[in-house]
Amino acid sequence: MRVLEPLIELARGLWTTLRMMFEKPVTVQYPEQKKPVKVRFRGRHVLHRYENGLEKCIGCSLCAAACPSDAIFVESSENTDEKRFSPGERYARTYEINMLRCIFCGFCEDACPTEAITLGDQYELSFTDRRQSIYPKEMLIEPVPPGGQPTPQKTVPGMFTRSVPEMKDPRD
Amino acid sequence: MNFALVIEWLIKGFVLVLLLLGGFAYLTLYERKALARIQMRVGPNRAGPWGILQPIADAFKLIFKEELMPARADKLLFFLAPVITVVPALVITAVVPWGPDLTIFGYKLTLYIADINVGVLYIMSVASIAVYGIVLAGWSSNNKYAMMGGLRSTAQMISYEIALGLSFVGVILLAGSARMTEIVEAQRSAWFVLLQPVGTMIFLIATLAEVNRAPFDMPEAEQELTAGYHTEYSGMKFALLFMAEYDKMIAISSIGATLFFGGYREFWFLSNTILSVDHTPWLGPIYIFLKIFILLFGMIWVRATFPRIRYDRLMAFGWKVLLPLSLALIFVTAAGILWSQQSNNPLLLWAIPVISLLVGLVAVALVYRTLRRKEYARA
Repeated sequence: MRVLEPLIELARGLWTTLRMMFEKPVTVQYPEQKKPVKVRFRGRHVLHRYENGLEKCIGCSLCAAACPSDAIFVESSENTDEKRFSPGERYARTYEINMLRCIFCGFCEDACPTEAITLGDQYELSFTDRRQSIYPKEMLIEPVPPGGQPTPQKTVPGMFTRSVPEMKDPRD
Repeated sequence: MNFALVIEWLIKGFVLVLLLLGGFAYLTLYERKALARIQMRVGPNRAGPWGILQPIADAFKLIFKEELMPARADKLLFFLAPVITVVPALVITAVVPWGPDLTIFGYKLTLYIADINVGVLYIMSVASIAVYGIVLAGWSSNNKYAMMGGLRSTAQMISYEIALGLSFVGVILLAGSARMTEIVEAQRSAWFVLLQPVGTMIFLIATLAEVNRAPFDMPEAEQELTAGYHTEYSGMKFALLFMAEYDKMIAISSIGATLFFGGYREFWFLSNTILSVDHTPWLGPIYIFLKIFILLFGMIWVRATFPRIRYDRLMAFGWKVLLPLSLALIFVTAAGILWSQQSNNPLLLWAIPVISLLVGLVAVALVYRTLRRKEYARA
């Protein structure tokens, strides 16, 4: 019955689509229902702190240099033992990321010598105004961990002289 | 002329138009929901429970959209084309009987607007007027894509109208009348889909081309022609063209249900029960609604399944396959009727479906052979 082949093929196509009607829909009802992101997901940037509350960012601008779309703007300033934001000489006084320019490539993560910036899990980055697209440091930095002090801290002189923490294991 | 009769016609016409308008709105939702389910999605579900307010939201959006008119368009025709398209789609259903005669408070109510003795011819003639609207919409837009869409649509509709009309002939021969009510009553013992299986298939295929539905939606092939004849239309004018398209789907489904699927008659397994139309006449509209619903699902299902056919293939299929096949079917039907009348044996009518199925198989075989030969020629 080779003659019937075209008809059978048509019927098979119709059967395939009809069968799909009784499958469970794959739709995720988004605003009510959210799927957790994958481990290596690159979402909105997070600026990290040490356990004592000091900022990891030392204002070196390596992330801004690595950024292919020039989305990051860093302005650094001097640390003192009276008003200390981060270990070492300098800290980021302004740290802004333009979310309209960012392409979420993660080069800033790779460039950072202190692992201060990472791309986090947050992906709901909507805004209604161009000016809102620039995320300042206050929005990016993570809250002070329990047991830590908010910055600026008053610290013992000579305690935080190293900007980049000492590497324990060179292979790490 | 009776004054009460005029009032009755007015009310019936008004109700029918309202039904078609509401039917259009909810057909869009039905289509989106059914397509979504076939593609393992859920479809619109935000506006109201299960998305039932979605058509209203769409209507509001379309009403408040800006009406654009191309600077060098033919203003009058550009304005008239949607109207010319939508009116035939609305009036075509006037001859479709929605149920048997009802008696309400001693008043005899007929569930159709007009029962003209050439009902089937009326359908054919009104359906072809709709082509004017589409080609005028394409032409008056002063846009080459719209123009090409309109021309494609015309060529396609004229080609398939012949096969469509010839598929009606078998039904007229069997019923012995072109009057819609008599065609429905003639299907009391057996639906014409059983006596005319291949004719029904031709009708279903030709209607898809006639209402520009996938897989014959060349006039609106978005990959080739942006949106075809309604490229330049927006706002309420676009809504009218859209409405014409979906109302034509409803109209053609109701005609198909009437001619081939027993119209308002009950399903075969319900005859001679309390649910029969003879026993409870008001079930007629419900039965025809169910049949229209199923036929519309068929259209949506086909859209979800088959890719768009190439334009030359479409024309070749219409002229070289459907036209000869439907002519052959008319011959088979006429011969079968003549045979059963001569030998006075109504059972001989059942020779018609058997022979026509064989003829259909021959047509499929010929198509298959031609396609095979083309494949060899290419290799």
